Amino acid sequence: MRGATRVTFAAGAIAIALAATACSSSSKSTNSSSGSNASGVVTAWWGDPQNPLIPTDTNEVNGGAVLNMIFAGLQSYDPKTGKAQLANASSITTTDQQHFTIKLKPGWKFSDGTAVTANSYVDAWNYGAYLPNAQNNTDPFFTSIQGYTDVHPASGSAKAKTMSGLKVVDDNTFTVALTQKFSLWPDTLGYSAFYPLPKAFFSNQAAWEAKPIGNGPYVINSWNKGSGMQLRPSSTYTGDFKPKNGGINLKVYTDANAAYADLQAGNLDIDNGLSTSALKTAQSDLSGRFINQPAGILQTISFPLYNAGWSTANAKLVRQGISMAIDRATITKVIFNSTRTPATDWTSPVLGEAGGFSSTLCGDVCTYNPTKAKQLIQQGGGIPGGQLTISYNADSSHKEWVDAVCNSINNALGNTSACVGKPVGTFASFRNQIQNKQETSAFRSGWQMDYPLIQDFLQPLYFTNAASNDSHYSSPQFDSLVNQANAASDKATAVSDFKSAEKLLVTDLPAIPLWYQNGLVGWSSKVSNVALDPFSVPVYTDITVNK
Amino acid sequence: MGRYVIRRLLQMIPVFIGTTFIIFTMVHALGDPVAALFGDKSPDPAVAAQIRQQLGLNDPLIVQYGNYMKGIFTGNLGNAFNGQPVTELLKSAYPTTLKLTLVAFTFEVVLGITLGVISGMRRGRFADTGVMVMTLIVISIPTFVIGYVLQYLFGVKWGLVSATVATGAPIGDLILPGFVLASVSLAYVARLTRTTIAENTKADYVRTAVAKGLPRRRVITHHLLRNSLIPVITFLGTDLGALMGGALVTERIFNIQGVGYQLYQGIVRQNTPTVVGFVTVLVIVFLLANLLVDLLYAVLDPRIRYA
Repeated sequence: MRGATRVTFAAGAIAIALAATACSSSSKSTNSSSGSNASGVVTAWWGDPQNPLIPTDTNEVNGGAVLNMIFAGLQSYDPKTGKAQLANASSITTTDQQHFTIKLKPGWKFSDGTAVTANSYVDAWNYGAYLPNAQNNTDPFFTSIQGYTDVHPASGSAKAKTMSGLKVVDDNTFTVALTQKFSLWPDTLGYSAFYPLPKAFFSNQAAWEAKPIGNGPYVINSWNKGSGMQLRPSSTYTGDFKPKNGGINLKVYTDANAAYADLQAGNLDIDNGLSTSALKTAQSDLSGRFINQPAGILQTISFPLYNAGWSTANAKLVRQGISMAIDRATITKVIFNSTRTPATDWTSPVLGEAGGFSSTLCGDVCTYNPTKAKQLIQQGGGIPGGQLTISYNADSSHKEWVDAVCNSINNALGNTSACVGKPVGTFASFRNQIQNKQETSAFRSGWQMDYPLIQDFLQPLYFTNAASNDSHYSSPQFDSLVNQANAASDKATAVSDFKSAEKLLVTDLPAIPLWYQNGLVGWSSKVSNVALDPFSVPVYTDITVNK
Repeated sequence: MGRYVIRRLLQMIPVFIGTTFIIFTMVHALGDPVAALFGDKSPDPAVAAQIRQQLGLNDPLIVQYGNYMKGIFTGNLGNAFNGQPVTELLKSAYPTTLKLTLVAFTFEVVLGITLGVISGMRRGRFADTGVMVMTLIVISIPTFVIGYVLQYLFGVKWGLVSATVATGAPIGDLILPGFVLASVSLAYVARLTRTTIAENTKADYVRTAVAKGLPRRRVITHHLLRNSLIPVITFLGTDLGALMGGALVTERIFNIQGVGYQLYQGIVRQNTPTVVGFVTVLVIVFLLANLLVDLLYAVLDPRIRYA
């Protein structure tokens, strides 16, 4: 026993001595040169992906982060502006906004040495759309391509294995025919669902899934499922996003607090799993080494417009009144520790003004004004049904803010029971109620963008019968403006048409914008040049390791 | 003795079937796992139907359970949603948790019994009061609080140990989590040992040994301790199973990808094969630990064997 204690002490002393020498040597090198170490490896936070890492099957952020590192698509999104720019494609051309010709840059290779050809894209997209493959990530990405309903019917079995709208012209050219005009379609092609797949995927899918092969800036060096993945710069990558570090080691964390402890202890360089509670102390703990900025996620309160009480003209005034009764600024600050940004429109600041974001579009309707709120609600004949309930899933942390929103509305109306939260047990049953049109009053809703386009914030949510139109809003005027935007021949016109459509939402108000969710990342003093892209994923290729 | 063992082993079969069925039903009751695959978006109905059919979720519950049991006897425990077989997950998670449990168990035995003996031998004096107060504090503070505080102090503030456990869970990294995991049981072991030691110091055989003029050390180890440890060993045995269950909290704090992590993922993603597979193994561990204790008891105390 006593011997054992002595050994521990000795080991402790050695460890302290080693740590002390390590510190002194590193501080010396920092003094001599302040450049970066191009072969330094960055350790980053990660969570276990939910599905196999197939581009068309991955719709969550952990799998998506890896796909973006090991793949390069036809387009890529500028990490700062969110603007789409050509990556693997040398040109994407159209004359009628419906038929597109895509030419690839020649000489691009997958990391196994095989060439990236037109077939790599066409085969991957056909694989993704083919119903028996049951891929998670098909709607809305492939739905606009001609022949989609043949390979992916709403019911029954598939009639074809390939989409008729995709045609290979030669090794570096293919054409795409869409079912209708969609001028911003080329800008959607940076999304991971559109990545190419090598022949190796189709010849031995199990082997490929164990160690995916892509055409991106990094290759998977090793993957220890459930605990971590090592990525190293690819020798075959010829694109613009060459890694400025020696690789990324992704480490799976069981808990946000464990990751934060590791970040503080210096065992972790990039932590984009920061919890809201960590942000309270991050300012002093990390001395400014963190980012808290809006992401492409908008949270809203939707209304069941299929319900008789909510479909009247008067109900519009009530909805506007409710929106004005919500004190967004205080709630985002107090409840969310400023990890949400009060919303001013139905898109997101990541789009930028040129992309369609507006800080004034919603105007008075999204501004806290309790007096006007009460007036509008009374003018509209009061809340339909006498009481507003806001339904949410109780298995996630929504109770606090729903109660705060209700509290804000109650205060404005001077009635303590005008609004109450209505919890539903699980996320799955909450979604089931919405899909089966069983809502009678307001319910929480949210949207995470697929690509940084104004179209993605409006069409899937508010176009008549669109897949995620949970409030079942239907406005012929809105639909025709969206169609007009999709037929526009240049991007600026398209964006301004979308904005005209969005303006209708201010008066119709099928959903009240609440706030944009922020992306959070903290980093260690060992690394520099950390930034979040529009999807609030760290820009891994740009991170440099300090010398 | 042999018949006793066989009877106990046969009793395990209905317990095994019962527990797996209850867990299977419970996970099933959580709702539709396919809806959870799509996040806030509406699932494509055609894809959802396809996945349900592939996973056999359209069958009645009893048929699904039957298929699952059929799989178990052929060594196939099903797949997690990321395509990994559950047997693979079990192989990576259980050894890690077992390692952590053994570190904790060592703390519990060595430290718990030592403290108990010291305290029991000096009843009412300073050392005794100190141990009693210390153990009371440990018992009344939840494990996760102890875990986070020690992690912050030793791992973050002073940097004496790694704040979280590295991949592969090396023993050196497991000492702090092992201690945290052991803390509550350790306190119980110390208190239990103290009581029996205190009782037995007055026993006739101890007085005889002292009167014989044996050295004090020999009296304690050979006479006093040997007789006092029977209830402690019983407690330790049942606690081995409880430690594996209790590891779920500690693993989360120290980022150990063991049983707790996999179970948590399985529940969050509502993946029945993962949850049932892991809990089934936990049930078997509990059953075996209980059996072992009962057998040890029968060995130590003949009255039980003949009852």
